[in-house]
Amino acid sequence: MSITVVNISKSYKNVKALESISFDVKEGEIFGLIGPDGAGKTTLFRVLTTLLIASEGTATVAGYDVVNDYKSIRNSAGYMPGKFSLYQDLTVEENLNFFATIFGTTIEENYDLIKDIYVQIAPFKDRRAGKLSGGMKQKLALCCALIHKPKVLFLDEPTTGVDPVSRKEFWEMLKRLQKKGITILVSTPYMDEAELCDRIALIQDGKILEIDTPKAIVKHYPKPIYNIRANNMYQLLNSLNGYEHNHSVYPFGEFVHYTDKRLDFNPKDLVQYLESQNLLDITVSITEPTIEDTFMELAK
Amino acid sequence: MSNDKVIEVEGLTKMFGDFTAVNAITFDVEKGEIFGFLGANGAGKTTAMKMLIGISKPTSGTAKVAGFDVFTNADDIKKNIGYMSQKFALYDDLTVKENITFFGGIYGLSRKRIKEKSNALIEELGLEEIASKLVGSLPLGWKQKIAFSVALLHDPKIVFLDEPTGGVDPITRRQFWEMIYKAANQGTTVFVTTHYMDEAEYCDRVSIMVNGIIEALDTPKKLKEQFNAVTMNDVFLKLARG
Repeated sequence: MSITVVNISKSYKNVKALESISFDVKEGEIFGLIGPDGAGKTTLFRVLTTLLIASEGTATVAGYDVVNDYKSIRNSAGYMPGKFSLYQDLTVEENLNFFATIFGTTIEENYDLIKDIYVQIAPFKDRRAGKLSGGMKQKLALCCALIHKPKVLFLDEPTTGVDPVSRKEFWEMLKRLQKKGITILVSTPYMDEAELCDRIALIQDGKILEIDTPKAIVKHYPKPIYNIRANNMYQLLNSLNGYEHNHSVYPFGEFVHYTDKRLDFNPKDLVQYLESQNLLDITVSITEPTIEDTFMELAK
Repeated sequence: MSNDKVIEVEGLTKMFGDFTAVNAITFDVEKGEIFGFLGANGAGKTTAMKMLIGISKPTSGTAKVAGFDVFTNADDIKKNIGYMSQKFALYDDLTVKENITFFGGIYGLSRKRIKEKSNALIEELGLEEIASKLVGSLPLGWKQKIAFSVALLHDPKIVFLDEPTGGVDPITRRQFWEMIYKAANQGTTVFVTTHYMDEAEYCDRVSIMVNGIIEALDTPKKLKEQFNAVTMNDVFLKLARG
C-alpha cells in the first residue's frame, strides 16, 4: 500500500473536520477524493503531508508513519496545495531551482520526470511566478511538486477554477505520471473528473460516503433515473418540485434528472401531470445515473 | 425586440500595450435572458466583463449597459447592475444581517426598504437560524447564495455573475441555478461565466470566447448542432482547442 489511513479524525474546537476516515491507496493508483468545498479534503491532505497532526487515528505514506517518520515522508511525497504557494517574486526557473535545492537534487537530475510539463512553461522561464496565468502557475506548481521524484503525489484541487480544455490537459499529464509509477491522491469538486480516477472516495462534512471504482459507484444507485425535458426549464423545475411523488429533481444540462418515490411508477402519469401544468414538448426517457447523481443521493 | 436589449456591444476592444485582450466583440443581450459568457482561462472574459460593469475603459468600440454608455455614464451603470465575483463576495467578519444592511446602504436603499428586503431575503432563503452568524463561518454554498441575493438587493436590471458556483457542492450548485432562473423569470437579465459545462446548458444563449474573440454565439441547442456535438463540453473542447 502506498497510503493507508486508519480512523483519522481531526477536530477544531467544536468543529469536526474529519470523522474517522479510513481508506487505502495502492501503489501506482490514481485515487480521487471527490467532494465540495468544506468537505475536509484539505485537512486530510495536510494530515497526510505531515503539516497537521490528527486528533485520532493513524496513517502511513510510502510506508512511513505520518507522525513518527515525518521527515522521510517529506522526501517521498510531492504536495501541490490548492492555494498557489510558490514564491511570486521568483522567476519560473528560480522557483524550480529552489525546490530542487532544498530537496538536495538538481533540475537536470530529474528533468525526465517533468520534461513534458516543463517544456510548456519553458518559454516563460524568466518570468516571475506572480505574473503567470492560472494555467501556467498550475503547471509550475506541478513541476515543483515533482522535482525531487516523489513516490506519492498529493494534489489538492489542482483544477478548481480551470477551464475544461486545461482540465483535460492536466488529467492527461496525470495519466502519464501514473505510467511512471507515481501514486496520486487528487481531490476535486468536479464530478466528471471522478471518472478518470481508478478509485474514488465521495466525501462530505468530514465523512466518507462511499469508496469504490467510479463504475461500481454508479451501479449502486438505488432508483431508475429519468431524463425529462419540456419547453420551459424554470416552469418544468417548479412543476416537478411541486409533484407529490417526486423523490429527487435535479437539473442536468439540457434535462432534469427525476426519480419517483413509488415502486410502480409509470412515466405516463408524470407526462399527464406535466401537461396539466401547461408544459409543452414533454419528453421522458430512462437514463443512466452519473457519479454526480450518486453523490447527491448519498448527500441528501 | 430592439427596445428590450439591455446590453448592446459593438466592436468592443481592450488593449494592454500591444496585447489585444478583447478584440472587437459584438453582441446583444435581451431583458430577462440568461446569457452564458464562456471561454478558457485567459481568453479575455474578465477583461470584457470589467468593461461592461464600468470599471475598465475600453480602447475602442461601443457598449451600452442598462441603457448607459460605458464611456460616458459608467457611474450610472454601476447603480443599475448587480455584480458578484467568486473571490470577493461578502464580509466574512460581519453577520449575514450586517452584510445585507451594509450593502443595502451602499446601494442607497432607505432604512425601511433595507429592513423589508432583509426580512424577505432571510425568509426566502430559510436563513432564520443563521442570520446572526458571521458570514465567514458559513459553507461556501451558503455564502454564494447570500452574495447573489445581496447583488439583487437594489433590483438591478442586470446581474453579472463571475464563476458563482466554482467549488460549490452539486446540490447547492443546482439550488443556485434555481435562484438564477427565478431572477430571470422576474425580468432580471443574468450575465454569467462558468467552467461547468452542464451549467452552460441552462443558459438561454451562450457565447464562447477564444483569444479575445467571440468564436461562437447561439442557444446551446444550436451550438451543439453547429459543432456536431452531444454536449456543450464537446462544443467547448472543439472550439477552444482551435
